[in-house]
Amino acid sequence: MSRRIIHDHNHDGIDRRGFLECMAWAGTGALCVLSGGVLKSYALSDVGPASKALANADFSFVQISDSHIGFNKSANPDVSATLQAAIDKINALPTPPSFILHTGDITQLSKPEEFDTAAQLLKGLKTDQIFYVPGEHDVLDGTGKLYRERHAMSTAGDGWYSVDLNGAHFIGLVNVLNLKAGGLGYLGPEQLEWLEKDLRNVSSSTPIVVFAHIPLWSVYPEWGWGTDDSAQALSYMKRFGSVTVLNGHIHQTMRKVEGNITFHTALSTAFPQPAPGTPGASPGPVTVPADQLRSLLGITDVNFVVGQHALAVTDSTLAEKNAVEMENRQ
Amino acid sequence: MKCASKLLVLAFVVPLAFVAAGAGTDKPAPRPSDEATYTVTIKDFGFGPRQLVIPVGSTVTWTNEDEEPHKVAEIHNAFTSQPLDTDDGFTYEFKTPGEYKYFCTIHPHMTGTIIVESKSGP
Repeated sequence: MSRRIIHDHNHDGIDRRGFLECMAWAGTGALCVLSGGVLKSYALSDVGPASKALANADFSFVQISDSHIGFNKSANPDVSATLQAAIDKINALPTPPSFILHTGDITQLSKPEEFDTAAQLLKGLKTDQIFYVPGEHDVLDGTGKLYRERHAMSTAGDGWYSVDLNGAHFIGLVNVLNLKAGGLGYLGPEQLEWLEKDLRNVSSSTPIVVFAHIPLWSVYPEWGWGTDDSAQALSYMKRFGSVTVLNGHIHQTMRKVEGNITFHTALSTAFPQPAPGTPGASPGPVTVPADQLRSLLGITDVNFVVGQHALAVTDSTLAEKNAVEMENRQ
Repeated sequence: MKCASKLLVLAFVVPLAFVAAGAGTDKPAPRPSDEATYTVTIKDFGFGPRQLVIPVGSTVTWTNEDEEPHKVAEIHNAFTSQPLDTDDGFTYEFKTPGEYKYFCTIHPHMTGTIIVESKSGP
């Protein structure tokens, strides 16, 4: 498939049509390669050129999100099975990921047994480390104590942290606590202050990866799909050459590129939610025919080329073969 | 729930309708002597009715009809529910007149108001 830039008004390498086509493929298996601010889109049936680029990746990681262990309604009566399917898919990747990010809503109701079940399943991942941020479902105790005891023991404040991995700076933010009436996701002044200080010691050429549960861009505020004070957080990242923001919460893939920042939301491993603003819909679970469910759930594979600021984000559903498997079949 | 402006309009229209109509067109609005149990239904990520006028001493029960958990909290912590899973309820007795603004602490864009009228009227 050829490049799709036709009208590049912002001179950022992406036109509206190219962006929308990338969006359209998302969820059905799209591959977007970001290199020096230029977005290249490939269908999964045309991964030849992309896979050559990915072969040079220094490391890769996988994002999973919104496992909702404990949920048992019609939208997915067996969320453990679909999380297991996601784990199997990750374990079958041709290049094992260096680590996993889980962007929250591990559990449905923050119950100890739900955390335990999730932990037991995730132990099956063939990876060294899993990094977590909480979703609002993980902090129903109001403080996030249960979550922090399990997944964020040595972190600052309400569980935010940063870690340097393979030459990139990863920042896990918490935007699901102390939410304000009428508001959206919330980072709060203490976390923002920490973030500004944290970034002070990072060189501008270091790739930044920020991950948090609720989107850090305004996807659809009417449904709470945004974060009140995310603009402040993102303002600290303007000087960096490459910033990638990974979120969950909305149970569908979306991408946006704004200047040096690429935003991406992941599929859920549990159940789909409606597209923002769908008439008559609300931001809750959507029940689809059982044979379609796994085509709406999935994982996100991220490949990283240090030094080139290149980062390739691949969404694939639980119903699909992995990209390389598909390539080999042809 | 299509856009914020419509929600704002509803916020102003609905209370008037409830005060004027009460439970039905033939019934008068709740008077301070009509202590009773009222229900707020949580459905499709919203509180219904979004604003409720009750006499002091009444109780209100919130019932969650969504497949998503919700948690009801007054903005000054006058009351806070446990997380409400599907079909769970939370009941609070309003012993003091006043305006109680509340929201869902899990989905804070969901807001509602209970207006508690004193024995001598609002």
